[in-house]
Amino acid sequence: MNTLVAEPSAARPRSAPAVDPAAAVARTRARPGLGDTFNQTFAMAWRALKKMRRNPEQFFDVALQPLLFTAMFAYVFGGAISGDVDSYLPLLIPGIVAQTVLTTCMATGVQMREDMDKGVFDRFRSLPMSRIAPLAGPMMADLIRYLIAAVLTYLMGLILGYRPGGGVLGVVGAVLLAVFTGWALAWAFTWIGTLARSARSVQGISMMILFPLTFLSNAFVPADTLPGWLESFTRINPVSHLVSGTRDLANNGVITAQVGWTLLAGLAVIVIFMPLSVASYKRHL
Amino acid sequence: MTATPAVRADGLVKRFGDFRAVDRIDLEVRHGEIFGVLGPNGAGKTTMLKMLATLLPIDGGRAEIFGVDVAAQPHRVRQLIGVTGQYASVDEDLSATENLWLFGRLQGLKAADARATARRLLEQFGLEDAAERKISAFSGGMRRRLDLAASLITRPPLIFLDEPTTGLDPRTRGQMWNTIRGLVEDGCTVLLTTQYLDEADQLADRVCVIDQGRKVAEGTPDELKTQVGDSTLQLQLAPGADQALAREVVFRVLGEEPVTTPESGRMNVPLDVADRAADVLIALREAAVSISSVSVAKPSLDEVFLALTGHGTDTGTGTGTGTARPAGVVPGQDTNSPDKPVMEKAR
Repeated sequence: MNTLVAEPSAARPRSAPAVDPAAAVARTRARPGLGDTFNQTFAMAWRALKKMRRNPEQFFDVALQPLLFTAMFAYVFGGAISGDVDSYLPLLIPGIVAQTVLTTCMATGVQMREDMDKGVFDRFRSLPMSRIAPLAGPMMADLIRYLIAAVLTYLMGLILGYRPGGGVLGVVGAVLLAVFTGWALAWAFTWIGTLARSARSVQGISMMILFPLTFLSNAFVPADTLPGWLESFTRINPVSHLVSGTRDLANNGVITAQVGWTLLAGLAVIVIFMPLSVASYKRHL
Repeated sequence: MTATPAVRADGLVKRFGDFRAVDRIDLEVRHGEIFGVLGPNGAGKTTMLKMLATLLPIDGGRAEIFGVDVAAQPHRVRQLIGVTGQYASVDEDLSATENLWLFGRLQGLKAADARATARRLLEQFGLEDAAERKISAFSGGMRRRLDLAASLITRPPLIFLDEPTTGLDPRTRGQMWNTIRGLVEDGCTVLLTTQYLDEADQLADRVCVIDQGRKVAEGTPDELKTQVGDSTLQLQLAPGADQALAREVVFRVLGEEPVTTPESGRMNVPLDVADRAADVLIALREAAVSISSVSVAKPSLDEVFLALTGHGTDTGTGTGTGTARPAGVVPGQDTNSPDKPVMEKAR
């Protein structure tokens, strides 16, 4: 406690400055390079991973939701929709994967908002670092969440008797597609996170977007059972593409146009919302 | 060595709606000095500092750090400064070592260098025992030191310190002062804001006083204090005492007109030498003016303010100066009363 650097004030008459500001100015660079951005993003991802390990309760929703929803939906709707539980599972499991991944994106946005309100973000802002790193870093770390969510859903399905026709490769492909889509969509929720006033409002806004999107899709029911106007909506709903894409991969082991549309939609979301998020984050300065 | 000032601001303005938080402030901080920005809460100190540190957009005027324009080249400016805010800006979920490592990595240090720097700084700031402890278990002083350490990772030539000792106990405060002096001995320039005259007095080579977004004075701490006298004699006349007579006596002894509050019979007068208080008391006794209390106080920020602006510090958004008075200064008994007696004799 007492081992502080400086001697008491007696040493007031100072020696010549050891720091040469002119040299320091000459060393500065106008903007962060690509390599810097990369390293900073990884450093921020490291921070997010550390935080996840310290606060494992964050994983409760990611872990519990697929387990709970899979079992609930399978037994409640299975008989009504597909005649029995076993024939409902191939329809349901990809739907649950999509739903879980979307909810997990929402958590990304909410936590971003919470994080940005903390004092440490003042320091990030004052550091000569890339403005995208504080956003992209946590999102990299969140890939793990999407992975956990998707894998757990499939495991729960397997336990209930789901036997995916696409085999291991098909399921792996489906998981990867879901993880990618989740990561891409997280940029949209991060953008909401940088705009909203509080973490609570991020949650509220995100819920209002998420619920219609997941339920007005083919995630839990065959789309042709819906009234015409609703069916047309579910056909253009990106969640439907994700669900169909993962079904095609996991149940049939084929890469269809649905997979392509899902990837395209994901890329579109990134292209639109990544710059928006960064711009909005900068405005917060 | 170089003629370029560490900080130069011309007509700096920050508006929040119609309110001008910073109103055309000019500033020049020379390389190698500690420059103090003195003012009460809400005067615009932090806002000004945040603009200089690229944390708030500048609404008017311009600012340069070592000749680099703040608004045009914020990324360059960020490489020249270290910022320590009023509230510790470190990550609560990480340990001290992890925090410093992270900030090192974010500023381009290699992993091994970041680790070595973290170790060196923790040692330098006496935090090595707490290196792996959770930040939430840190005391206020430890947090501030960690926060300061985090600003020094890349040895920036200019350090901004926003109220570095507000809320610290006297001992920790003294340690912080020594640390800040050490920074300048290493060749840094320090710009700090403070609410405490004695802090500015102890640390700063030059001081500017800010009030309601405007700069009201600038100079060395000594120059500031001579404007209000070295200390102040505060007299409370007994009820019914002859106030006019008392004023006349005080003026005769000290050659200075006292500032009076007729309603309460209080009068304040600057003293160049504290000993002369005795002369005043004797003269009052001889004139048969009875007093109920007397005190001699060093000039407080409030008095500097009163002298410079004609109003006290309690006009803004509440002073807060009474919450954490530093050791050397008068302990305030009432936040809003402009006079803070050092030794009050009852009757």
